[in-house]
Amino acid sequence: MRNQMRKLQKPTRTAIFTYALVIAAFVIVQILVAGGNVNSTLAGQFVPICAYVVMAISLNLTVGILGELSLGHAGFMSVGAFSGVVAGMSLGGAIPSEPLRLTVSMIIGAACAGVAGFLIGIPVLRLNGDYLAIVTLAFGEIIKNVINCLTVGVDSGGLHFGFLSTADALNLEPSGTVIINGPMGISGIPKLASFTAGFILILVTLFIVMNLVNSRSGRAILALRENRIAAVSVGIFATKYKLMAFVVSAALAGAAGTLYAMNFSTIVATKFGFNTSILILVFVVLGGLGNIAGSIIAATLLTVLPEMLRGFSDFRMLIYAIVLILVMLATNSARFRALPGQLASKLRPARTSAKEGATGE
Amino acid sequence: MVFLSHLISGVSLGGIYAIIALGYTMVYGIAKMLNFAHGDVIMVGGYACFFMVTYYDLPVAVGVLVAMAVCTLLGVSIERLAYKPLRRAPALAVLITAIGVSYFLQNAAQLLWTSNPRVFPSVVGNTSLNLFGGQLSISSTAIVTISICVVIMVALTWFTSKTKTGKAMRACSEDKAAAQLMGISVNTTISMTFAIGSALAAIAGVLLCSAYPTLSPTTGAMPGIKAFTAAVFGGIGSIPGAMIGGILLGIIEIFGKAYISTQLSDAIVFFVLIVVLLVKPDGLLGKRVQEKV
Repeated sequence: MRNQMRKLQKPTRTAIFTYALVIAAFVIVQILVAGGNVNSTLAGQFVPICAYVVMAISLNLTVGILGELSLGHAGFMSVGAFSGVVAGMSLGGAIPSEPLRLTVSMIIGAACAGVAGFLIGIPVLRLNGDYLAIVTLAFGEIIKNVINCLTVGVDSGGLHFGFLSTADALNLEPSGTVIINGPMGISGIPKLASFTAGFILILVTLFIVMNLVNSRSGRAILALRENRIAAVSVGIFATKYKLMAFVVSAALAGAAGTLYAMNFSTIVATKFGFNTSILILVFVVLGGLGNIAGSIIAATLLTVLPEMLRGFSDFRMLIYAIVLILVMLATNSARFRALPGQLASKLRPARTSAKEGATGE
Repeated sequence: MVFLSHLISGVSLGGIYAIIALGYTMVYGIAKMLNFAHGDVIMVGGYACFFMVTYYDLPVAVGVLVAMAVCTLLGVSIERLAYKPLRRAPALAVLITAIGVSYFLQNAAQLLWTSNPRVFPSVVGNTSLNLFGGQLSISSTAIVTISICVVIMVALTWFTSKTKTGKAMRACSEDKAAAQLMGISVNTTISMTFAIGSALAAIAGVLLCSAYPTLSPTTGAMPGIKAFTAAVFGGIGSIPGAMIGGILLGIIEIFGKAYISTQLSDAIVFFVLIVVLLVKPDGLLGKRVQEKV
C-alpha cells in the first residue's frame, strides 16, 4: 500500500491528501452534530466557513498560483451573491426543488461573476504588481457602490431594473416583489444553503482548481508566475492564461457568494467591502501561497478563531490582530524566530550558576 | 460661482488626501511596502488632538503638536516592532503585517475610546470668507487646509532636495545597497521617513476631523484607502505625484458628488483611477521602470 502511494506522482498525492482532509472534516463534523456536541453558534458558522474556504481557494488561484495580488476578491463574491439570489428568488415558481434551485442560482452567480472577472481582467491584467492590486481594490469599491444604487424587482412580466431610483420607480405589478432595494440590499432570502451544499461546492472547487493547476494550462500559469519574460519567450500566450486563471477564480468566488448569501435572510452590498477582501487575503497568505490545503485550514481556523475567543469578549479582535502580526513575524523573520533561543540562552547561565551554587553546598 | 465654490471645497478635501498620500508615497518609495496602517495613524492623531483640546482645554496649536508627537512615536515604533524584522521578507508578508497593525490600532482605539463617534470641535472656527457680495463663501476650514497643504508641499520639496537627510532618503529609495556603501544609514533613514509620514498623518487627521467633525475608531480607514489610490494615481513613490494625485482625487470626488450622484461619488473616483492607470500604467508622474531580461 505504502509502495503504491509512493509510486503516485507528487501532485496526485497532494490532491488525495486535500480531498481526504475535506471529506474527513465533513464526516467528523457530521458525527459531532449527530452526537449533539456542537453549539448553535458554531453550527451557524458552517455555511460561512464553506463559503470562505471556496473564496480562499479561488483567491489562492490568483495570488498564489498566478502570482498577481488582488485586493477586490469580495467584489466578485458580491456579484455572485446578488445575481445568484435574484435568480434564486425569481425562479421560485419555475424550479420547486430547493437543491436544484440552489445549484442553478450558484451557476448563474458564478457565470455573472465570471463575466465581471473577464471584463475587469482584460484591461487589468496588462498592469502588474501593486498597480494591479489597486485596480482590483478600486473594482471592489465600484461594485459595492453600484449595487448600493441598484433596484431590481420581479413580476409576471419578468425582471425590472432600476438605477439610482427608488423601488416604486420599477413600475411593478401589484403581485410583483422587490428583490434588491438599493442600500437596503436584499431581504427575505429563502435559506437554501446547507452545510452539505457547501461541502459539495468545496469539492467541486477543489476538482476545478487542482485539475487546472495540473494541466498544460496550469503549468503555463505557473511558468508565468515564476518568470513572465522567460515564459513568453517560449511561446506562452500570457494574456490568455492570466485571464483564464482570473476568470476561473472570479467565477468560483461568485458561486461562494451565492452560497454565502443564501445562508442569511438579509444581505447588503457593504458586507462585501475592502475588509472582506482583506480577510480572505489573510486566509491565503497564512495558509501559504499556492498551497490549497493550507488555504482550507487557514480559512476554517480563522473563521472559528474569533468565535473561540468570545470568552475574551472585547479583546478578541485585538488578540486576532496580535496573532496575525506574530504569525507573520514568526514565519518570515529569522531574527524573530531566534528570539526565544536568545532569551533562553540568556536565562540559562543564571540557572546553571544557581545549580552550581546548589551542588557546591 | 457654484462651480468655483465646488472647486474650492474639492481642492480643500484634495489637500487632506494629498497630505495623507505623501505619507504613503514616501514610505513606499523607500521601504517598497504599502503601509495599510497609515490610515489608522490619522485616526490616532485625531483622537490625540481631540483629547488635548476638549479635556485639557489646551490651545489648538498645542493639540496639533501633541498629536504630531504621538503619531511620530507611534509610526516609528510600528516600524521598529512590526516592519523592521521583515525587511527581507516577501512583499505580501509585510502587507499582511501592515493589515494586522491596522486591525490592532482600530481595535485598541475601540477598547480605549469606545466606538461611539465623538464630535470634533472645529479647530479653526466657523467663520467664512464672503466674496462677490456673498455669492461665494469660503469656509475658514478650507482656507486653513489649503494654506497648510501649500506650506507642507513647499517644505517637503525643500527638505528632500536640499537637506542631507532628504537627500539620503532619495538615495535610499533609488538604490539601498549603493546608499549604504556611500555611508548612509538605511535603517535610520527609513525610521526618519516613517516619522515624517506619521507627523503628516497627524496634521491630516486634525484637518480631516475639522472638515468632517466626527471621530470614531474607523475614521481613518476610508480616507486612508482613498489617499492610497491618490498616491498610486500620481505615481507611487513620487512626492509631487502624491500632491497632484491627492488634489485631483478631491476635486473629482466633490464634482462627482455635486454634478452626478452623491451615492456614486466613490465609484466615480475609483473609475477615473482605473481609466488613468490603463492609459498611464505608472500613474501620472511615475517613473517607467524598464524591464530587463
